Amino acid sequence: MRAFTYERAATPQAAAGATLAEGAKFIAGGTNLLDLMKLDIERPAHLVDINRLELNAVTDTADGGLHVGALVTNTDLASHPRVRADYAVLSRAIVAGASGQIRNKATTGGNLLQRARCPYFYDTNLPCNKREPGSGCAALTGLSRPLAVIGTSDACIAQHPSDMAVALRVLDATVNTLKADGTERTLALDDFYRLPGDTPHLETTLEAGELITGVTLPPPPGGTHVYRKVRDRASYAFALVSVAAILNGRESRFAFGGVAPRPWRDPAAEKAAADAGPVARARAVIDAAFADARPTEQNAFKVPLLRRTLSAVLEEHSTTGGQK
Amino acid sequence: MKFDQPATTNPIDQERVVTRPHTRIEGPLKVTGQAPYAYEYRLPEAPTYGFVLGAGVARGRITAIDTAAAEAAPGVLLVLTHENMPAQGASDTPVPQQEDASPQLAGPEIRHYHQAVAFVVAETFEQARAAAHLIRVTYDVTPGQFTLADTLEEGKEPDDAADSVVGDFEEAFGAAAVTVDLTYTTPDQSQAPMEPHATIAHWEGEELTVHTAHQVVHWVKRGLAMTLKVPQKNVRVISAYVGGGFGTKLLFFSDAVLSAAAARVLGRPVKTALQRPLIFNNTSHRAATIQRVRLGADHAGNLSAVGHDTWTGNLPGGDSEPACEQTKYLYAGPNRQIRTRQSELDLPPGASMRAPGEAVGMLAIEGAMDELAEKLGVDPVELRLMNDVQFDPEKGPKRPFSSRKLAQALRTGARAFGWDGRPRTPRERQEGEWLIGYGVASAFRTNLVKPSGATVRLEPGGTLTVETQMTDIGTGSYTILGQVAAEMLGLTLEQVQVRLGDSEYPASSGSGGSWGANSASAGVYAACDALRRDLAKQAGYPYADAVFRSGKVWQGAECTELSELAGKEGVSATGSMTYGDLDEQFAQAGFGAHFVEVRVNAHTAEIRVNRALSVVGAGRILNPVTARSQCLGGMTMGIGSALMEELHVDHDLGLFVNHDLGEYHVPVHADIPDMDVIFLDELDDASSPLRAKGLGELGISGVGAAVANAVYNATGVRVRDFPITLDKILAGWDD
Repeated sequence: MRAFTYERAATPQAAAGATLAEGAKFIAGGTNLLDLMKLDIERPAHLVDINRLELNAVTDTADGGLHVGALVTNTDLASHPRVRADYAVLSRAIVAGASGQIRNKATTGGNLLQRARCPYFYDTNLPCNKREPGSGCAALTGLSRPLAVIGTSDACIAQHPSDMAVALRVLDATVNTLKADGTERTLALDDFYRLPGDTPHLETTLEAGELITGVTLPPPPGGTHVYRKVRDRASYAFALVSVAAILNGRESRFAFGGVAPRPWRDPAAEKAAADAGPVARARAVIDAAFADARPTEQNAFKVPLLRRTLSAVLEEHSTTGGQK
Repeated sequence: MKFDQPATTNPIDQERVVTRPHTRIEGPLKVTGQAPYAYEYRLPEAPTYGFVLGAGVARGRITAIDTAAAEAAPGVLLVLTHENMPAQGASDTPVPQQEDASPQLAGPEIRHYHQAVAFVVAETFEQARAAAHLIRVTYDVTPGQFTLADTLEEGKEPDDAADSVVGDFEEAFGAAAVTVDLTYTTPDQSQAPMEPHATIAHWEGEELTVHTAHQVVHWVKRGLAMTLKVPQKNVRVISAYVGGGFGTKLLFFSDAVLSAAAARVLGRPVKTALQRPLIFNNTSHRAATIQRVRLGADHAGNLSAVGHDTWTGNLPGGDSEPACEQTKYLYAGPNRQIRTRQSELDLPPGASMRAPGEAVGMLAIEGAMDELAEKLGVDPVELRLMNDVQFDPEKGPKRPFSSRKLAQALRTGARAFGWDGRPRTPRERQEGEWLIGYGVASAFRTNLVKPSGATVRLEPGGTLTVETQMTDIGTGSYTILGQVAAEMLGLTLEQVQVRLGDSEYPASSGSGGSWGANSASAGVYAACDALRRDLAKQAGYPYADAVFRSGKVWQGAECTELSELAGKEGVSATGSMTYGDLDEQFAQAGFGAHFVEVRVNAHTAEIRVNRALSVVGAGRILNPVTARSQCLGGMTMGIGSALMEELHVDHDLGLFVNHDLGEYHVPVHADIPDMDVIFLDELDDASSPLRAKGLGELGISGVGAAVANAVYNATGVRVRDFPITLDKILAGWDD
């Protein structure tokens, strides 16, 4: 890693101000950023350490929802009693990802900002528009099996690797931010994440210096919460596909991971064939939600796999009577 | 000592210490962090840190290399490139060697991705790494050949895998009542040992000491001397603890050569560990294969035609991946045609990886046997029993196997695993969402022995010290060599100290090709035999009458304490074992059988292994604890080769693109189920005085085929392109 300067921020607003500088970045758990710095992929000139900020509480909101501070670790969030009771899909998604050691360090805000796991992004010799804008995308004709099938562009087909974010999407969570001038924003996940288009290096709509202060969960949605992750080995692998589901009859919601540059959800498609059996309903939902999919030859299996996975989720729910 | 006649009764047959279960004698040092691996030695002088910069292209020429910024960076002491690299021995191949010159930074030509192009030495590791990122290399890129399938016509018969043609295969295959003709592919795989390739090099005058992670000490000693153009006697190599090798540490790479060269230039110690992303393309790997298996049989299942063709590739001068070698020996059949063809590829160097040949060849031949059994409508266990043969099928009855318990392994395993209760047809059994399948495969691995020596010293006080260059790469060498020495001298294991992996000790077989345990033990046996003769003579007993037991040497009821014979100075003896032609008189191999039960999710096709059993006949099992661990490790690696291990070639850019352990998948704990190993009682008189055979690679050889056969039994889908990932099953389900 290259030399950088470091400061520890005293307040959220000071942190936001300090990160306005060219080449400055926030650091929290560091589980992704430090790896990328060692590989010369991230080259921050200045790190603003936010770990001592008081952003590590999980608190009830006035409307019965939950506010999760940006520094709440993945482990603490997954094991929080209210999360387990009212937002189980979030708890299940978090423990499906990474390892115990990483979850102990990784934070809620950092998880949202983790970068792509495309192998071409990870080697500075290789073309990658996300890492080096304008250098090209080697994955289009190279190893694309793990990558995204929808929401991609000719510039980038990397998928978002987070499990947690898929659960947040199905829960309609919002991201709370603070800018250096003291203004706050609340962003839905679809407004928080950009699709790659011609600028895959820009992954979110955060402005320079804008700090994620937390995530807000709406009041508990009820229903049966399922997170089903399909991967090549039993643990310690990113999702080939994943389904975050809140099963509640016709009102069921689904978000999908491993298939798009951001957690993928299509509320209109959720209504498709809502009274049909699991197989037909899954087919209708996926056909509708992925009508615009543009998979590569290597990852074309992801769409049928997603249909099968959703079908399995629906079938399991129908046979367990919602008591999961 | 020369082993040229089958073993007769010897002190090992007492089996007081050998064959007894002992946990590793160096285990406490390892789990308390006190066993220093190559990178961890502390020298009197503070080390400097090396960092290898790998080429960013697969084939071409460096036209410019700008190191000015790196040289000016904080803490940087030296930047080596091909422009200022000291003179080195030459090699006529870009493939690093085992014991010959293997120059690094030898010129501007790039022969594979991540070939070393620069070496930065700094006061700290972080400084070296940061400076390396400042080096700008300009290449003139040349097109390369990175696709094995495009080179099949060009393949040549390699020196290391000769054609084996017996009878008239084509005619017999054409006339056979039942045939299979199947093509398999296996991908490039990485050894990816837990401990990276790592070296500390320091010079005192003209004398070089390297602490390096290596499997065979005298090989790297010779190779480094040839590369650095110094006399071998000036090079000392220490590989006392090695964190896994799987074949890649039979060769030596940029960490060793460049650390040694730079340490000489700087006059200071240099330590270098290859960063994980470099290991996949900078060092060696197992080359991909394309294999065609053709089997012809009569209606009962007796094989009349056995054909196995392998295509593989490597850089010029590299070894082949001899994936059809086992087919020369595995089953009977009068008409045989077994051929390997090797072409030139511009991918990183291919070399030995655990069970070279068998590990991927058994995936093909044992898959084909399963398909033949299905076509015949016979039990796959029965088909294998029917075609068992007690002699080399190529050479005939004049060359019998020294020992071969394939049939017993199959029968024992079938009984223990509950093979009779298997689902007989695909997709027959489902438990909840999961389809259940059973699979079987034979296990086979050629037995190899190598000359090996040791010194044993009876210390004042009556304890024993064993010294040999033999390495322990996680296998249990320390323990079994201690057991052999204790057995020979009538001591307990606690009375023996074992010192390994130092070139100051007698040369040894080292660890590789499953030869280590048997060969190094035979070397210790020879040294102990010499010591026993000395001690008997000192005690005044005829050697034929002398019995070593309980810390004494006995003649009848009379005895002398070993401590008394040791005196104040101790008594030492050196010996080595060499071999005659018993391996020509007898075909020698380890045999076994693997049984696997898998579950495959009926929705998602996720494949998980429920249980696995290996039954192993590998001669005398020197220590059932370490032997079992070797088998379990092999089985784990075999499961990985069946289900997940794959270096993904970028066919345009010419590299293995998934070059980290996040994306190069090997099994994690959650993938590895209830596994068991049964050792058959076996003594192989023709192998060594220990009557043992190679074991470490038998576990991997065949288990992947048992997994594949079980997956078919569960799903009805035959996947012949490894690894078997869920997308390939889904393609077969065709919906």
